Amino acid sequence: MNRIKGIREKIPDQVKRLLIPVVLVIAAFVVMRHFLVPSDFGKYGHYRASAIDDVISLEIKYSGHMVCDDCHDDIVEVKKMSYHRDVACEACHGPAAAHTEDPDGNKLQAPRERGYCPLCHEYLPSRPTGFPQIVSESHNPRKACISCHDAHDPKTPEAPKECKACHAEIARTKALSHHIYVSCIRCHETPEEHKVRPRDYRPEKPIRRELCGECHAKNAPAAKAIPRVDMATHGERYVCWQCHYPHLPEVD
Amino acid sequence: MDKINIERREFLEKLIFSLLSLSCPGLLISKEKNKEKTLVYEGGYVPKAHSWGMGIKINRCIGCGRCASACKKENNVPQLPFFFRTWVERYIVFEGGEVIVDSPNGGVDGFNRNIHEKKMLRSFFVPKLCNQCANPPCVQVCPTGATFKTDDGVILVDSKYCIGCEYCIQACPYGARFLHPKTRTAEKCNFCYHRLVKGMIPACVEVCPTQTRVFGDRKGRASPLVRFMRMHKIRVLKPYLNTEPTVFYAGLDMEVK
Repeated sequence: MNRIKGIREKIPDQVKRLLIPVVLVIAAFVVMRHFLVPSDFGKYGHYRASAIDDVISLEIKYSGHMVCDDCHDDIVEVKKMSYHRDVACEACHGPAAAHTEDPDGNKLQAPRERGYCPLCHEYLPSRPTGFPQIVSESHNPRKACISCHDAHDPKTPEAPKECKACHAEIARTKALSHHIYVSCIRCHETPEEHKVRPRDYRPEKPIRRELCGECHAKNAPAAKAIPRVDMATHGERYVCWQCHYPHLPEVD
Repeated sequence: MDKINIERREFLEKLIFSLLSLSCPGLLISKEKNKEKTLVYEGGYVPKAHSWGMGIKINRCIGCGRCASACKKENNVPQLPFFFRTWVERYIVFEGGEVIVDSPNGGVDGFNRNIHEKKMLRSFFVPKLCNQCANPPCVQVCPTGATFKTDDGVILVDSKYCIGCEYCIQACPYGARFLHPKTRTAEKCNFCYHRLVKGMIPACVEVCPTQTRVFGDRKGRASPLVRFMRMHKIRVLKPYLNTEPTVFYAGLDMEVK
């Protein structure tokens, strides 16, 4: 003990005085730490143990695909043989946990508007090859998808009928006319983009009389039954379609 | 060499002092180690028994954005177009090597069909989310211990303890974190941890219509993820950072950074 006393006497005065604030700071730190750090901090690691409870007590909103079978077995039966068999009910109908708790109080919505199906089925070059896609501008515009397709059992999609998909009225008229076998693009030069952005890329109308003359001129190398005109004298200052309607040309 | 002039009594005193002071830290650490370690959550979930991971098949993703939409609903993520726990990116690689990456509203509202002047070489979608790194930089930089790794490998955020300093948002090399505009705390994907502990799969995996996302336990022999990892050639994002992500991509393009 004498030794320790000896050591204490050896410590210079200024160091002894400095020791007081040092001890005070340490004490303040210990006290503050006690109040500021949550009691369960560091129980399992460098975190609040109850934080895990906070996270896992969050409400579940998507109830999972198994639950639907309990009540909607008729639809599940149809769907499980269809192309949509791997599409979860909640992918279209939204989170269903509240609905499974109270089926009558919380009804689920079905997306009936035209905008929903294209989220998956609109043509995008980035989509994997072979995935069924449509160009909604030309695919029966303004018609709801579900008016033709059953979302629970969608049928093999057919490729859009080129011009007819949008210009059905003209196509029908032409089908009754003498021009039935003249394809649209024979007269209308159409950029490919027209199918995608129809108003930005318009098809052309014939501006040359010679286009009609390819069949209707006196010396045209075409079938004999086709009516002929003398291109030099027949309405020479006009383009043919200014007088004739090529989609339903007059018989005589 | 000088002869050390020391009495036996003095020598013993010094010896005992020095030994005590040397063993002090060791004793404290051993006390620390004896703490409770096997953790069992309510409902009997043992995190040590699991090691969660996600597999993503790039060739299957159609970019419908249902995952991002479901995630927002499940986790109350703000509907504003800058906050996502998971989102879908579209990559367009043009002839000549130029690359465009876009993700309008995270893909929730779908993608528009860009008609670019240049000729497209290839294009694909990449769903992204928190990679739940085994070596997470975000946990390293958190000054408060508000973000941490659980025993099953999921990184959680303690939103009551987070001070919103945004260090973790800066640190994340995958841009997976954001600051919640209301609570001003960090937010990110946690594999829908509240669903995992109840035996369910994350909401994004649940609604994915093409089974692009595969979820499972890497410790389970027969889990879908183990099968995914056996059947595919897989890659992780930014492997050179040694973050060791547990989100694995099959068919990932070299342009995905």
